[in-house]
Amino acid sequence: MSEEKHHITPYRTHIAVLLALIFLTVITVAITWTDLGVWNTTAAMLIAGVKATLVLVYFMHLKFDQKIYTYMVLLVLAVFAAVIVLTFFDYLNR
Amino acid sequence: MHLHRDDTASKIGMWLFIFTEILLFGGLFIVYAVYRYENQAAFHLAGEELNVIMGTINTVVLLVSSMTIAMAITAMQRGNKKMAIALLYITLLLALIFMVNKYFEWGAKFEHGIFPNSEYLLSLSRGDILFFGLYFTMTGLHAFHIVVGAVFIGFVIYYIKKDRLHKENWQLLENAGLYWHLVDLIWIFLFPLFYLIH
Repeated sequence: MSEEKHHITPYRTHIAVLLALIFLTVITVAITWTDLGVWNTTAAMLIAGVKATLVLVYFMHLKFDQKIYTYMVLLVLAVFAAVIVLTFFDYLNR
Repeated sequence: MHLHRDDTASKIGMWLFIFTEILLFGGLFIVYAVYRYENQAAFHLAGEELNVIMGTINTVVLLVSSMTIAMAITAMQRGNKKMAIALLYITLLLALIFMVNKYFEWGAKFEHGIFPNSEYLLSLSRGDILFFGLYFTMTGLHAFHIVVGAVFIGFVIYYIKKDRLHKENWQLLENAGLYWHLVDLIWIFLFPLFYLIH
């Protein structure tokens, strides 16, 4: 890596990402005060997904690294998603 | 003296380790999902026992610490070692704040007689026992990762001070950062699933 040019993320990008993450945290807490039925959990998981994506893409540098890292992460998430689907397919059909 | 170094291999190795961690916690999240599906009412009531304010503070503390360690990498790449070390110390301080909060949070639960295998907890419903069992297991395993991450960061600070890490060699710092972000990622999901059940 030392011989390759690497991307240096400026401080202001980090600050912007942090502000976005805190904003999303406030929203996810605020949502619990309203009753959306089953959608409460769905909304919380969607927001958590957006937050996780921000951390992966900016803080963990996926955006600036070679694409192989992104592909590996997506592969692992796909495996995890497949296990969730299989588990619930089993539980819901007992 | 020329030392052979392969930063790409080092980084891929760190990512592979992170994948095993994702699947470790992923398994626990699936256990949580199944038991919550089977004990929905109990999980909702038990979730309300948790301190939302404490959970929110710890969420923000971890998010800020994620930013400071990411900034430390920027500082190192720009050759500003003092700044990098200062940012890493702030990260360690935030880790300590997280653990102190956790201590008070768990302590309050213990005072109410809620801890694994306690007489009071065992007198509650199956759903309550499962909820608190998962709560202590998952937040406990997560807190253990905070401690390991803090030790890792401590080594990185030592190596930067000894000039073994510098402007041209910061891969170990980035690996510590990746690990620390993983700990943050897990908390991002733990927080709504335990503290924000409505």
